[in-house]
Amino acid sequence: MPERRRRVSSFEWSTAVIGGISLTAGIIVYVRDGVARVTAILANDLNLFGGMLPKMMAGCLVSAFVTRLLPREVVARLVGTESGFLGLLIATLMGAALPGGPITIYPVAGAFLVLGADAGTAIAFITAWNLLGYNRALIWEMPFFGADFVLWRSRVAVPLPFLAGALARGSLRLLAGRGGADPCK
Amino acid sequence: MQIAFIAVNVMLWVLVASLALTAAVRSKALFREGATEGVRDFFLLLPRIIIGVVGSGYIAAVMPQDLITTWIGPSSGVLGITIATLAGAITPGGAVVGFAVGAAALKGGGGAPQIIAYSTAWSLYALTRLINWEVAMMPPRVVWLRAAVSLPLPFLAGLGAMLIGHP
Repeated sequence: MPERRRRVSSFEWSTAVIGGISLTAGIIVYVRDGVARVTAILANDLNLFGGMLPKMMAGCLVSAFVTRLLPREVVARLVGTESGFLGLLIATLMGAALPGGPITIYPVAGAFLVLGADAGTAIAFITAWNLLGYNRALIWEMPFFGADFVLWRSRVAVPLPFLAGALARGSLRLLAGRGGADPCK
Repeated sequence: MQIAFIAVNVMLWVLVASLALTAAVRSKALFREGATEGVRDFFLLLPRIIIGVVGSGYIAAVMPQDLITTWIGPSSGVLGITIATLAGAITPGGAVVGFAVGAAALKGGGGAPQIIAYSTAWSLYALTRLINWEVAMMPPRVVWLRAAVSLPLPFLAGLGAMLIGHP
């Protein structure tokens, strides 16, 4: 499994579309409510955003260093060879700890399966990366929503990766019990 | 609140410093690479996030507030959570779209538990992401199993947020 580096491209279609819609919305606000409202909204958003900049910067640096200090091969071995409740726990912790985008995460989860982990473990890992990853929370979510909201959301998300993993295991067992082949083998 | 805010920043930067130190002890090149990439990513992501954050404010200002409050407002309950979950599943595009739409809905009168459900659904099973990314990189059966067991999670997140209330 070759180590893949995250690549952040400087242009993205999603951003261009959101930019276009935002510009249109900004013009509507200007025509409808005048320039004072336009600057008030801008000031409000930039104020929230400014407070998050140090966290965003820290998030980017933590991600860059963790990518180098915690090689994906080590994570794959650590998670791929564990099973049971401990397997779900380690998968959740690693999912929350491992930075990077989909291009780096899915191959790691795929490697767990190759190394012998069950689908539940891989699913707990992906769920934790999606819901508990500090990388996404610091760099993306906090500038948009503020720290309060993110902490609230993260708190209720803590049990969800375990739950997803356990539900996946339960479903597979149920399917196997009915004489069907394991759909994930 | 202000103290907690500063404490989180301090903790984060202590973490950055200890990771940087660990990297530097291993090799100078490792430290240099990590620091360069971290700073570069920050400046590359900055314009994208500024566009999304500022854009969400303007989008919220032109959205029909009555409609948002009725559908996914704080008193829209489980129905609001269901609508938000469906909206999360069908939101297309990259990260900036999901976050900008969620933030616009929150600023435009959406309830926090409903937006938490939206964001959870969008993170776990936005259809375009499942199809464009995950199926291409993982065994499809595992992907569909993951999507299936994730179906109730946005509801649980939304209901959990309602139950524990604002921390």
